[in-house]
Amino acid sequence: DIISTVEFNHTGELLATGDKGGRVVIFQREPESKNAPHSQGEYDVYSTFQSHEPEFDYLKSLEIEEKINKIKWLPQHNAAHSLLSTNDKTIKLWKITERDKRPEGYNLKDEEGKLKDLSTVTSLQVPVLKPMDLMVEVSPRRVFANGHTYHINSISVNSDCETYMSADDLRINLWHLAVTDRSFNIVDIKPANMEDLTEVITASEFHPHHCNLFVYSSSKGSLRLCDMRAAALCDKHSKLFEEPEDPSNRSFFSEIISSVSDVKFSHSGRYMLTRDYLTVKVWDLNMEARPIETYQVHDYLRSKLCSLYENDCIFDKFECAWNGSDSVIMTGAYNNFFRMFDRNTKRDVTLEASRESSKPRAVLKPRRVCVGGKRRRDDISVDSLDFTKKILHTAWHPAENIIAVAATNNLYIFQDKVNSEMH
Amino acid sequence: MMLSKGLKRKREEEQEKETLAVDTWWLDPSLPAVAQAPPPATSSSLFDLSVLKLHHSLRQSEPDLRHLVLVVNTLRRVQASMAPEPTLPPMPSPSAAPCVADSLLASSDAALSASMASLLEDLSHIEGLSQAPQPLVDEGLPGRPAGGSPPSLGALDLLGPATGCLLDDELEGLFEDIDTSMYDSELWAPASEALKPGPEDGPGKEEALELDEAELDYLLDVLVGTQALERPPGPGR
Repeated sequence: DIISTVEFNHTGELLATGDKGGRVVIFQREPESKNAPHSQGEYDVYSTFQSHEPEFDYLKSLEIEEKINKIKWLPQHNAAHSLLSTNDKTIKLWKITERDKRPEGYNLKDEEGKLKDLSTVTSLQVPVLKPMDLMVEVSPRRVFANGHTYHINSISVNSDCETYMSADDLRINLWHLAVTDRSFNIVDIKPANMEDLTEVITASEFHPHHCNLFVYSSSKGSLRLCDMRAAALCDKHSKLFEEPEDPSNRSFFSEIISSVSDVKFSHSGRYMLTRDYLTVKVWDLNMEARPIETYQVHDYLRSKLCSLYENDCIFDKFECAWNGSDSVIMTGAYNNFFRMFDRNTKRDVTLEASRESSKPRAVLKPRRVCVGGKRRRDDISVDSLDFTKKILHTAWHPAENIIAVAATNNLYIFQDKVNSEMH
Repeated sequence: MMLSKGLKRKREEEQEKETLAVDTWWLDPSLPAVAQAPPPATSSSLFDLSVLKLHHSLRQSEPDLRHLVLVVNTLRRVQASMAPEPTLPPMPSPSAAPCVADSLLASSDAALSASMASLLEDLSHIEGLSQAPQPLVDEGLPGRPAGGSPPSLGALDLLGPATGCLLDDELEGLFEDIDTSMYDSELWAPASEALKPGPEDGPGKEEALELDEAELDYLLDVLVGTQALERPPGPGR
């Protein structure tokens, strides 16, 4: 099934994917072992479960898709792992536990659980825990329903580890992880008259360290940083980040291509990364006027916007990611290409996630899209790009140079063996 | 042939041009965005394309709001560019132009789908929808005579001289107070299931528009109270 979201947990030991069929698959990194040096640190399937089912809203006569839009891991507090998964309307909290021991030697029951004939019991024994094959159990602990009229596009766990927020096209709600029958609306941009609607919320995230701050992005390309201490309803932003339109690049599609599809705080909390249709931008929280860095993802598409509007590709929502040290940023593109930009060296690379070009343990070859002029041997021309092969979802391990890239219904995990530590 | 990246104009030139006209940058041939636009990107075909997209979006049982808003805003830009050249001092916002877009967007909210019903009826009269958009090369030129209007600008024809608005005021007033949020989505759901128009919509369009009229009749009947609420019968289901 088509993968719709990818997310590492806070240690990077687990990697969760959600798909269009409502399933969640969790991968676990195998511990490094001397016996099999080649399989050190590889990810194997750990658990699979059905998170959401298709639902039918009888009142509005609408089908609610089971597609998982986002997964976010909760920080781990005990042996169990927890994650939030959401579709368009309902968020669920899942608890993942391991069972590798079971009690044996009951007095009243035999090994199959049947009651013993009491006359055969002559002495008392204390049940002992014996090892068993590892069993991973997943159970739904909370269901946060009926909080959203419109489609949920983001969820974000607060650094206070008690609350989280969920955002749809027009509203953002704050939930407590333990309370399912109530949520607080903290942002509402629905106009009194729907005729006046010109902008929707596209993504939102809590600040990684300050539990009172969060950001949300809009379809007009603006970012709003809000402080929950200022007011109960954060309709008024504390900071508005917006870059003025470049007059030389103006077109009918200016607004569509400026629509922010993803926003991510840096690990440091000092910067934000945004993705719009043609670029990724790094913003400094201290400067609202413009981004401090702009990287072109596929500028060669600028002259093809009309065709991309016609086939709706211009509305594709790409995600972006930071590496653990905030020195490299990554985002997906078309033709199963994804791009990485090194903020320090200003070098960038285009790589491809496909079976043909990546055998296990082979080194990925950098790709190049040629835009006329001299064409090198392995270059791809713009006109032969496959726009149905889009890499919308990518994730970067929180500490190491390991990335997860979703190409339609395939998941690719790439590791940088040479430079495993962050620079 | 691949077009190279646009040429940047000098700053002074740009500022000079901006003082002359009200935001008519789309007409300025020296602008790279305009200069490199191939014939299919002319305003009128873009208008038709946007209306088609909007129509398609509204027919979904639950439209993607982001897609809808972006298409409506693009439609507004295109529409504004197709309006006659402004000779007056700059207005804060063009009042006639967003009217079509506004009406279309208002109807995305369940409570206002009555406007959508009348709008769909109006859309069925737009010539351009029944034909493939034809690139009219002389479309966006300033020298176009004031009275003429090319065939695919059917929508603008409906912007009457007096009202400048697609909706008949009386009709709008009739539906204003009625809360139809309970009934609306139900009525449109079967339509979207049955039709799902694709990008090339030629032969299916007439069929789609016929269905609208049947549903429109039904909606009117429900609102007037002559018919109990039930799933509307439709052709081909």
